[in-house]
Amino acid sequence: MTKALKPDAARVLIIGGGVTGTGVARDLALRGIPSLLVEKRDLAAGASGGNHGLLHSGARYVGSDPEAARECMEESALLKRLAPHCIEDTKGLFVAVPGDDEHYIAEFPDLCAKVGLPAKELDPKTAMAMEPHLARDVIAAYEVRDGTIDPFMLCLDNISHACSLGAQMLRNTKVTALNVEGGAIRTVSLHNEKTGDELVIEPELVINASGAWAGIVADMAGAPLSVVHSQGTLVITQDRLSARVVNRLRMASDADILVPGGSVSILGTTSVRIDDPDDCRPTVEEVDRMLDDAIAMVPILETTRYIRAYAGVRPLVADTNGDANGDGDSNGGDRSVSRGYTLKDHASQGVANFITITGGKLTTFRYMAEKAGDLACRKLKVDVPCRTRTEPLPPSDAGRWTDPRLGARTWVDRAEEGDVILCECEMVSGRVVDSMMQEMAQDSKLSALSALNIRSRVGKGPCQGCFCGPRVTAHLYDEGWLEADRGLDELKEFVGRRWRGKAPILWGVPLQQAELQEALLCGMLELERKP
Amino acid sequence: MPTDTASKAHAMEPDCSCDLMVVGAGMAGMAAALFASSRGLSVAQAGALGGIDFSTGMLDLLGMHPVEELHAVDNPWQGLEALRRDEPHHPYGLVPDADVRAAFEDFTAFLAEAGLPYDGYADRNARVLTSLGTVKPTYRAPCSMWPGVQAMERKLPCLIIDFIGLKGFSGRQIVEVRGPEWPGLRSVRIPFPGCAGELYPEHLAWSLTEMDVVDWLAESVAEHVQDAQAVGFPAVLGPYAAPASTASSTASVGAASSGLYDVIARLRERLGVEIFEIPTMPPSIAGLRLRAAFETFLPGRGVRIYPQKRVAEWERTDNGGFRFHIAGAGEGDIEAVVEARGAILAGGRFFGKGLTADRHAVHEPLFGLPVLQPKHRDEWHREDFFDARGHPLNRTGVEVDARLRPLSENGHPAFPNLFAAGSILANQDWMRAKCGAGLAIATAYAAVQSYQNSLS
Repeated sequence: MTKALKPDAARVLIIGGGVTGTGVARDLALRGIPSLLVEKRDLAAGASGGNHGLLHSGARYVGSDPEAARECMEESALLKRLAPHCIEDTKGLFVAVPGDDEHYIAEFPDLCAKVGLPAKELDPKTAMAMEPHLARDVIAAYEVRDGTIDPFMLCLDNISHACSLGAQMLRNTKVTALNVEGGAIRTVSLHNEKTGDELVIEPELVINASGAWAGIVADMAGAPLSVVHSQGTLVITQDRLSARVVNRLRMASDADILVPGGSVSILGTTSVRIDDPDDCRPTVEEVDRMLDDAIAMVPILETTRYIRAYAGVRPLVADTNGDANGDGDSNGGDRSVSRGYTLKDHASQGVANFITITGGKLTTFRYMAEKAGDLACRKLKVDVPCRTRTEPLPPSDAGRWTDPRLGARTWVDRAEEGDVILCECEMVSGRVVDSMMQEMAQDSKLSALSALNIRSRVGKGPCQGCFCGPRVTAHLYDEGWLEADRGLDELKEFVGRRWRGKAPILWGVPLQQAELQEALLCGMLELERKP
Repeated sequence: MPTDTASKAHAMEPDCSCDLMVVGAGMAGMAAALFASSRGLSVAQAGALGGIDFSTGMLDLLGMHPVEELHAVDNPWQGLEALRRDEPHHPYGLVPDADVRAAFEDFTAFLAEAGLPYDGYADRNARVLTSLGTVKPTYRAPCSMWPGVQAMERKLPCLIIDFIGLKGFSGRQIVEVRGPEWPGLRSVRIPFPGCAGELYPEHLAWSLTEMDVVDWLAESVAEHVQDAQAVGFPAVLGPYAAPASTASSTASVGAASSGLYDVIARLRERLGVEIFEIPTMPPSIAGLRLRAAFETFLPGRGVRIYPQKRVAEWERTDNGGFRFHIAGAGEGDIEAVVEARGAILAGGRFFGKGLTADRHAVHEPLFGLPVLQPKHRDEWHREDFFDARGHPLNRTGVEVDARLRPLSENGHPAFPNLFAAGSILANQDWMRAKCGAGLAIATAYAAVQSYQNSLS
């Protein structure tokens, strides 16, 4: 990833550094097609990093969307073989509690069977013994093949593999114009939001993989795409509350999935219509609503400690399947929109070299990338088959530090002399920070703290940046990565981003922690006065 | 129905009977215990880990007003006047300037006696360098930090020392941030004599109680001094200010050892330049020194301290006083019972556990006092952490009458002999106004005065 950039060498421009965009970059790279991926913030900064990290068995969709269920079933099995290092094969439970729709409970095994999806009925007592934090009044339980997948590692591994095969990436880089002339995009204007640098490139093909921003990007080419934005909020608990994914056995609703991830659990999710995907942020109201609902399934959620909340935006595309209702007032409305993906060839709108791939699920990202890659090849008149279906995803140096166990293991097994732990919650050391900085060398001076947060566990523990933020900043100065007062801006940006997720869960111990952080950063260090 | 614990406590002989119980061991609690004992009152004090451990050692009176304009206060007395005018309910409105001045004088005089002298200007804030490289206004700074104030004011050629392995402190960062306005500032990173790997301020401070180590440190620094007229160190130049031999018996010191100002004097002598400290990230030695000074010297003034102990419960006595149950180590354990004729509640806010919050509301857990607060949790905090106005939750707290007595639901004092002081008070945002120590000291002074007046 440290090679000098040659944007003009790219035949394809991919917009968006989520799991779809990085998946497309890898798909094309494996077909020998050089691409440039541009991302306005950072990898997995949108919905890819704002979801459960659930590798769906498909069982959640057997009632509402059998096709999506089937895609999930096939893709999750494939990913378990091809990217096992990103996955924890936890298995999952579907459980119902008194008051849940008995009709759906009764129908569930047949719905699974229709899709061909294995679901093993469990005696409720057995389920309660398997997961001690389940409510004691479970009335029905099934075991399914859910798992968990680390979306940050997935994005980093995808892009690392792609770049090793000739792809290129620019982060902090926003598309400012898609200049259409004579029925095709001739040039694309790019703007680096951190450095102010401008760049104009002339790709043969543009692939819009910008997720919730797909409609905004499509508009730039004058090829409108009707995207509605459904915000989903999730909360992270400090402890891992279950070994398996725990799903509520009912039609998809808020607060019905509890997904383990490393040493924590993640509860989600809501579905709230928002106008602008940039306005996405978790709210007190959503968190409260979820907890009030979810304690029926997992009662300890009432009293357990939370680390933070976060939110992602589902792009729901109206005009592909024709089933999106326009009102968006009710949750049922957005939930009934297909969670399948959208692949749009904008040639029908008079822009020949423009594709949008959006929607879908984390679990089906590879399949979506394959379909986008197939269409790109047809447009580029290249006849090379997709290889991601058979080629394993190689683990990368860039992606490995997202593993919550690695920091501690590395420290215990082979701490280097003179190294220090900068992030004490998650045991990330100075040398690990250095290695990540070198890995991102070309533009690592930009948003370094936030970039480290995406690429590792820095700032993800209970302190949420209170102590590790200033420590990492000091370290980056010492190692020469930061100059002038840039580090203070970085720290403010980092703390501000973490705050969005913290504010909705501030009661009990996290509130004490937040007060300490404000006493430190504002009371003692006057960071709020930094312009 | 009384719990087992409560009935057990009920049967216990009081460990101590006194005029005043101070609930809280932060800056306000320590100040209240000090002021009360100085007035000849018998005092008991208990409180869990207080904010004092996280203090930088600086005593802010008022550093910013109005906060929403991020306006740094130059003359804190003029600032107080404006604050009282703009925020009539601010607790500073309950303490006249003369009392604030007297409180600071008594407080710093005590600390000077305890070996922690302070310095500052009469009518303006000093500007002190932080470990981030930012500058904060403060009213009184430990003398160990004062030469840094003057060096920065005069932009003297100055060297910042930074130790390899000390986290969260980068001399280079301070120089990068401050350099444009202070061109004579340099930094150097050196190993701390005899130490490798991760360094902890407390270990470094203790190791400097050996003069050999101080001399070794001076040698490592000497070659880097060059044109510098002052050398700044992270605040690790000794654990306690007073020579350890005069400190409490709990100090685990063997041979003859030196205190902070002995270390500074020796470094100044060896290096031939002014020496100053820059506070490190909390918990910093500067805060630990403050706590040690109080815990060491208050008992000699007749204060019965229950260090690091929480007040679990209370009940009224027949004569209108209080019986407090001091929590023991185990769940539900009661270590001691204290009877007091009156009490000052100085338990701090959330971090000090003077206030608690659940998903629905903020509570004052000990007396169950009403807490002034926004209606719903989504109004507690602003969207932007650094919003200049500060978060509405910061202004929650216990409301008091003019004599600093907490009010009950009906707007009258909850008890005639219960007072409150420090950050638990409503209608103030010490973190944004930079008035934490001043608010603690001033309101503790006023609360003690009110209590004493109520006795006569």
